[in-house]
Amino acid sequence: MTARLSAIPGLRLTLGVTLLWLSVVVLVPLSAVALRPFHGGGDAMWATLADARVLSALRLSFGSALLAAALDVPLGLLLVYAIVRLRFPGRRLLDAVIDLPFALPTAVAGIALAALTAPNGWIGAPVQEVLGLKIAYTRAGIVYALMFTGLPFIVRTIEPVLRDFQREAEEAAATLGATRGQTLRRVVLPALAPALIAGFGLAFARAVGEYGSVIFIAGNVPRATEIAPLLIVIRLEEYDDAGAAAVGLAMLVLSFAVLLATSLLQRRLRASVA
Amino acid sequence: MTVEMIDVVRRFGATPALEGVSLTLREGEFTALLGPSGSGKTTFLRVLAGLEGSDSGTIRIAGQDVTRVAARERGIGMMFQSYALFRHMTVFENVAFGLRVRRRRPPEAEISARVRRLLDMMQVSELERRYPAQISGGQRQRVALARALAIEPRLLLLDEPFSALDALVRKEVRRWLRGLHDQLGITTVLVTHDQEEAMELADSIAVMERGRIAQFDTAQRLLSAPATPFVAAFVGEAARLDCEVRNGMVRFANEALGSVCADLQDGPATAFARAGDVFASSGGGGARVVLVRETGGGRRILVVQAGDAVIDATGVEGEHLSRGDTCGLTLRGGHLFASNGSRVTIVPPTDPA
Repeated sequence: MTARLSAIPGLRLTLGVTLLWLSVVVLVPLSAVALRPFHGGGDAMWATLADARVLSALRLSFGSALLAAALDVPLGLLLVYAIVRLRFPGRRLLDAVIDLPFALPTAVAGIALAALTAPNGWIGAPVQEVLGLKIAYTRAGIVYALMFTGLPFIVRTIEPVLRDFQREAEEAAATLGATRGQTLRRVVLPALAPALIAGFGLAFARAVGEYGSVIFIAGNVPRATEIAPLLIVIRLEEYDDAGAAAVGLAMLVLSFAVLLATSLLQRRLRASVA
Repeated sequence: MTVEMIDVVRRFGATPALEGVSLTLREGEFTALLGPSGSGKTTFLRVLAGLEGSDSGTIRIAGQDVTRVAARERGIGMMFQSYALFRHMTVFENVAFGLRVRRRRPPEAEISARVRRLLDMMQVSELERRYPAQISGGQRQRVALARALAIEPRLLLLDEPFSALDALVRKEVRRWLRGLHDQLGITTVLVTHDQEEAMELADSIAVMERGRIAQFDTAQRLLSAPATPFVAAFVGEAARLDCEVRNGMVRFANEALGSVCADLQDGPATAFARAGDVFASSGGGGARVVLVRETGGGRRILVVQAGDAVIDATGVEGEHLSRGDTCGLTLRGGHLFASNGSRVTIVPPTDPA
């Protein structure tokens, strides 16, 4: 009998449960999505995807998800800095409020955001008056809703890293003659970069599949403000399962590509720090 | 550079960390700040570096008032206790950092020449492409020192530089550091709680006690003429013995100790005695040897239980006490402080009874 080297008992059991769980919850449904479009033949699938309405919806979904996640990164960074580094009254309250988008049913968020940004809403009215911009029922509204749902992902990914970050490294930079800006750019941000990218990936992943909070604010005009997840629902309501699955497969492939890219970038950045 | 701190006060909320500290460091000198944790020595260093503000007082470097000057303008090299290396940068980039952030950045060739020269001096030139996580604690320390020296500081501050090293490496690094100081001649301040370290490295030692400098002197003077009871107890690792002076005779509260003579006013007093000042002789007396520590060269320190106190002592010549033996104790040296702070040295009795 070989000596047991691992301190963690039941390797076989844990691995078995993990694989079973992964299969039932992730792999089997994903395979179904991946295989379903081919039932009608490859040509039919390509025809579905080449449709201008589908292409436009995919472009909109991915474009606005990437943009929203990118805009969330600097915003999240500021919020994290405030809750980790600054001491002000209401800090704990702010800390708790940041997580609300996690908990709120997305439809509730969607209706609230739509009402706020509508031409007669609290935000929509002044923005339209002063800047002449419409938020609700435009692409701007979609990005706004996606930023709302994605922000806590960025904040919660960066937060522990900034908390762990050695204050002394910043002080060392100061004694070496660096300004606050140089310290931030050369010392703090590079240390946070892997977490920023991880947060970006999570916020993007959430945003690209977001449905409830978007459809109320988007206006849902085909080829203008119609997002891909909504198009899937519409196809299903038209009993076009294969079409719905084809759009779903396209989203799956694109999302996987984006997440793979962020995770590779993270690994490259971490390799030096580890 | 001459460094002057004049009556510097720093409080954190209600708790004072520096209570009016004044100190003048001469050009090229190696000074140690010695004190127990919480005595304010790290705050002293941080205020001097400009990382911490002061509530009042003046700091001058080379005659120039730097009290309100930001840390990055002070030109002071600091090595942190944790080394605080930049983890995402290679060793080379860590050392080059101070040169790259300059307003007038030197040309790349000059930067790399200077970085290489420093790494060479620190004997870590083969590590320049490594990251801090990939090198040992001792190597990290050398890199941190190279980084601090790269800006050609006029003053070098070292915060507990040896605390992260194991005992064997520590001694070696200590000697190397002193050699480096003699070679470079930079005015240096070392913060430590280890008196052996302070005594071996520094030209003079400032002993800190609760936010004040209790005594600033050479190691030899700290031992032979401690200014306060605190210095006597802390620096010598001396035993503290309560006693009463009457008519030039000192009677100890601890009955195991025989009386001695001392020229001090009548009243309660405190004696501080190191192992070399206390002699144990076999026979009568209320003390008992609990441990024997060989210190090499045939010398032994006897750890003696006398009433409630545990005292380090030396055996008198010609006797060999072992664990469990009873013995009597006599002082032949040490310091005696009256309650008003005046001090005398205990003189060995001319005719040992």
